[in-house]
This record gives sequence, C-alpha cells and structure tokens, in this order.
Amino acid sequence: MTTVIEAEGLTKRFGTTQALAGVDLAAREGTVLGVLGPNGAGKTTAVRCLATLVRPDAGRARIAGHDVLGDPAAVRSVIGLTGQYASVDEDLTGTQNLLLIGQLLGLRTRDAKARAAELLAWFDLSEAAGRTAKTYSGGMRRRLDLAASLVGRPSVIFLDEPTTGLDPAKREEMWDVVRHVVADGATVLLTTQYLEEADALADEITVIDRGRVIAHDTPDGLKHHVGGQRLRVRPADPGRLEDVRRLLTALTGSTPAGSGRGELTCRVADDAVLPGLVAQLQAAGIAVSELSLHLPTLDEVFLTLTGRPGAGAQRAAEEAA
Amino acid sequence: MTTVTTAPGRAVPVPQTTPAGSSPARQAVVLARRSLIKTWRTPEALVDVTLQPVIFLALFTYVFGGAIAGGSQQQYLQFLLPGLLGQTIAMASVSLGQNLNTDIQKGVFDRFRSLPISRSAPLVGAVLADLVRYLVLFAVTMVVGTLMGFQVTTGVGGVLAALALSMGFALCFGWISVYVGMIARAPGAVQGIMFLLVLPLSFGSNTFVATESMPGWLQAFVNVNPISHVVGAVRGLMTGGPVAGHVGWTLVWMAAFVVVFMPLAVRAYRRRA
Repeated sequence: MTTVIEAEGLTKRFGTTQALAGVDLAAREGTVLGVLGPNGAGKTTAVRCLATLVRPDAGRARIAGHDVLGDPAAVRSVIGLTGQYASVDEDLTGTQNLLLIGQLLGLRTRDAKARAAELLAWFDLSEAAGRTAKTYSGGMRRRLDLAASLVGRPSVIFLDEPTTGLDPAKREEMWDVVRHVVADGATVLLTTQYLEEADALADEITVIDRGRVIAHDTPDGLKHHVGGQRLRVRPADPGRLEDVRRLLTALTGSTPAGSGRGELTCRVADDAVLPGLVAQLQAAGIAVSELSLHLPTLDEVFLTLTGRPGAGAQRAAEEAA
Repeated sequence: MTTVTTAPGRAVPVPQTTPAGSSPARQAVVLARRSLIKTWRTPEALVDVTLQPVIFLALFTYVFGGAIAGGSQQQYLQFLLPGLLGQTIAMASVSLGQNLNTDIQKGVFDRFRSLPISRSAPLVGAVLADLVRYLVLFAVTMVVGTLMGFQVTTGVGGVLAALALSMGFALCFGWISVYVGMIARAPGAVQGIMFLLVLPLSFGSNTFVATESMPGWLQAFVNVNPISHVVGAVRGLMTGGPVAGHVGWTLVWMAAFVVVFMPLAVRAYRRRA
C-alpha cells in the first residue's frame, strides 16, 4: 500500500509561538489517520501546512506524491479540506455553495448542478438546498462544509475537528459520513480532541502535544498503552461506596479512584468484567444510579503518556486559579 | 503530473472537466457571480451607491451651491455632478476591501485557497462584481441629477465615454481597496485606512470648487490628484471643454493603480496565513 500523506519534520513558528516543532505524519492509501491532541497542540497548523494554506518553516510533506512546497497546485487538485470552522458562504444557499465549487473546479454548469444535487441528497440536505446557509443548524453547516470539500472527488480529505461543538447525536451522523467517504476509497486525515472519535474512525492515531508527536499507534495499541477503558460506578446510596470499592478492587485488581462525587472509577482491560460486576452488585443488594464503561478522556491519555495533565486540563486549572 | 486514481466502485462517474472550463477568467466570473448574489441578498449594502450620491447631490447643490457659485444653484449643479461621480466612486470602493477582509476572517477564502484555481481569481472576481455597484451609482447620479436640472450639453456619445472612463477608473482604483483589505487585521480597519486616503483625495480635488480658488501649494496637489483628472475628464465629456489632457492622465493613473496594487494585493493574499 502506498503512503498518500507523508510529512517529515514539519516546523512552523508564529511570532513567539512554536506551533509545530518537527511533526511527522503518515497515512496509507484508503485509511484514516487520526491526529489527536488538545487545543493549541498544532493540529490545525499541521493540516493547513499539508493543505498548502500555510508554508512550513522547515520540513517536507508530500500528498499523493506531490510536494506540498514544490507543487502546491498539484496538491490542491487532489485534496479536500473541511476546516474547524465551517467555511460555507452564509449568504448563499446550499445549492449555490456547492455549485460555486463545482464551477470553480471547471465542471460544466449542468454537471456542477448534478453533483450539487447528488451531494445534498447524500448529506440529507435536499430539503434545505434552497435556503441560505445562514439558516442552517451547526450540524447542517458542518455537513454542507464537508459536502463542499467533496465536490471535486478528492482522493485525500483533511477534516479538521469535524465534530467539535456538535451534540452526540450529530457527532454520530458525522462519523457515518466519514466512514462512507472512506468506503469510497478516499484517504482521510482527521484531527480531533476525542479519543472516542479517533477510536471510532481511525486506522492509526498520532497523538500530538505542543507541536510534537508524543505517540503513534493503532487505536487498540494506544488504548492498551493508556489502560483500555474506565469503569464508573455510582451507588444509589452513597453509604454503600466502601462496599462498592471492595467489590471493584476484588474484581478488577486495580485500585478504584474516587471523584468525591459519590462515584468510583477504575481501569479495566475490557468489558468482560461487566456481567460479573452486575451480578455481584445485585447479590450484595447495592442499587446503582450510574454504571458505565468509557474510553479514557484526552486528559487521561495525556496523563498516561506524558505524566502530566493535558494542556486542556492545565488551562482549566489555570483559569480556575 | 501523476494523478491518484480514485478507487473503483464510486456511485457516480466523475464528470469530465473541459480544459477551457476552468480558465482563470471563468473562475473570476464565477466568483463575481457569488459576490453579486451576496449583494442581492443584502440590498442595504448598496446604500453607498444609491442614497449617498443623492444626499451629496442635494446637500452640495442646495446647501452650499448658492454660496459657492455666487447664487446660481443650477450653475453649480452643472459643475458639481461630474465631480461627485469621481468622489462617490472613490468612496464606494471602500466596501470592496471591507467585504474581502470579512471573507478572510470568516474562513471562506480558506476554501478557495485549497482549490486548484488561479490565485488571483477570488480578488479579480470581487473587483468585477463591484462594477455592477458602480453602474448603479452612475445611473442613480444621472437620473437624480437630471431631475434636479442637470443638462448634458455634449450628447449621448459624451455620456457613454464618461461612463466608460469612470467605470474603468473605478475598476482600477478598487485595487487599492483590495490591497488594504488583504493587509488590514479587521474590516473596520479597512474602512479607517481607506477613508484616510479617500477623503483628502476627493476633497483635495476639483470636485467641489474650481482649482483656481485654492492656494498655490494646494493647487499643486490638486493638479496631480487622480480624482481631479477623472473628474476633469468626465466634466469635459458631459458639459464640454477640453478633455484630452485629463483623459490621458486618468489612463496613466489607472494603469499605475493596477500595475502597483494588483500584484501587491495578490501577493498579500497568498501570504496571508
């Protein structure tokens, strides 16, 4: 399999901010590369370098064999870009937005119209096709933005935080769209702040922090490294917390951590412990108001990988202080 | 150039692109149409080419006209109208840079920059679309001016020549606004910078009063001012008098605006991260 996205030692400085400090990225044809990192990690800058919008200070990058610095025009002819902030034209209708891109790409107006209609139907926007994008909801704008980046049938697609700010249901919809695009044969680079999202979509994940790559692995490898899933239990009666703690310790072999909100969280390798836990809670007569398994959050990933909280948690702590 | 073949099994065949279909000229026209749709959706953005010239015509004719022209408002209108065309064109160019700056802030231009299109097409498109605004400006000024009593003393040919020259001037002058739109940090800053340029140019000209009434040092400025030349040319073409010198200098200024500010604007656009 050929490597379609390849970047070596990308460096970019804005004033005093070192946005990228030597980032390597690689994605094979037809796969999804997840780039995971907190706000300000350099994800967007990396995407903008690869999409020829920003010239890196140093480093090399090739997209589908075309050099990003040497032949940007050729790169632009194979890529689609969906930015963090949906860059649709608010004063244009859904159809007009897509028609504009098609005509700019040199499609005959008839073909551009057909392509627009096809994409609008595909993204479930046909009913809103004649309305200005101003009237669209956040999720609809993101879909229109993604549709706009697909008009020219790019073989490489950059999705910069496509679901940030969307509610969970809309996020799932967006994930389906991404899966569909990949099934069509495109190579996707997706940036995200959610391990859950990278896990759901990516074949490989590169974790970046402060402009550097701090991990690169498959989702399973990364989850294994950071300790799989987190199990959270909240007994209905806070008085039973210690009973739950004993139960969890015996069952998982790891020490549960309390959050101080009447709940306990502990690492588990997989979800096989769940049935046993439910049975034992029942046997002990402990009713629970919450029992959940979830992937580690970005902050938990960072804590494991770097031994310090993620930039997001740091910022929250600084703001609280 | 190698191209990556898309995977088989895509639902709809890729429509073939015709090489002529994606020329920079077509791209600019497509983008100009986009700007016109936006103008159509926000008619209030046309205030500077509809209400503004009417207000200026009425204000200067009826409030100042009598005093400036020694009692004859009618005589002053004959002098003022061609001048106001030059001034309002310069003023109307401000919104061009503002709109481009807004597009950049909103990220719409990121999309254009990631497309395999000519680097200058989005800017050329915006300037072309502005031509429609200047045509509205010209029409409104002529219709309202005629209702107020303005008389063309040369003929239809003179008016058409004045139209062609002022539209050409507007297209070239607009590149200054485009450049400012590319380098300014915010749309408001575009307006601030452009007014610093447009106000001295439009008032320090032969638009409102005859150059001979000014002190010598100011006459020197007025006589090289591009607005003075386009106003002088339009005045001559509509109400008679010598035009060759003014037309010549106007064309020189037009060429200078394009040669200097178009490359600057395109370069600033390419560099803007």
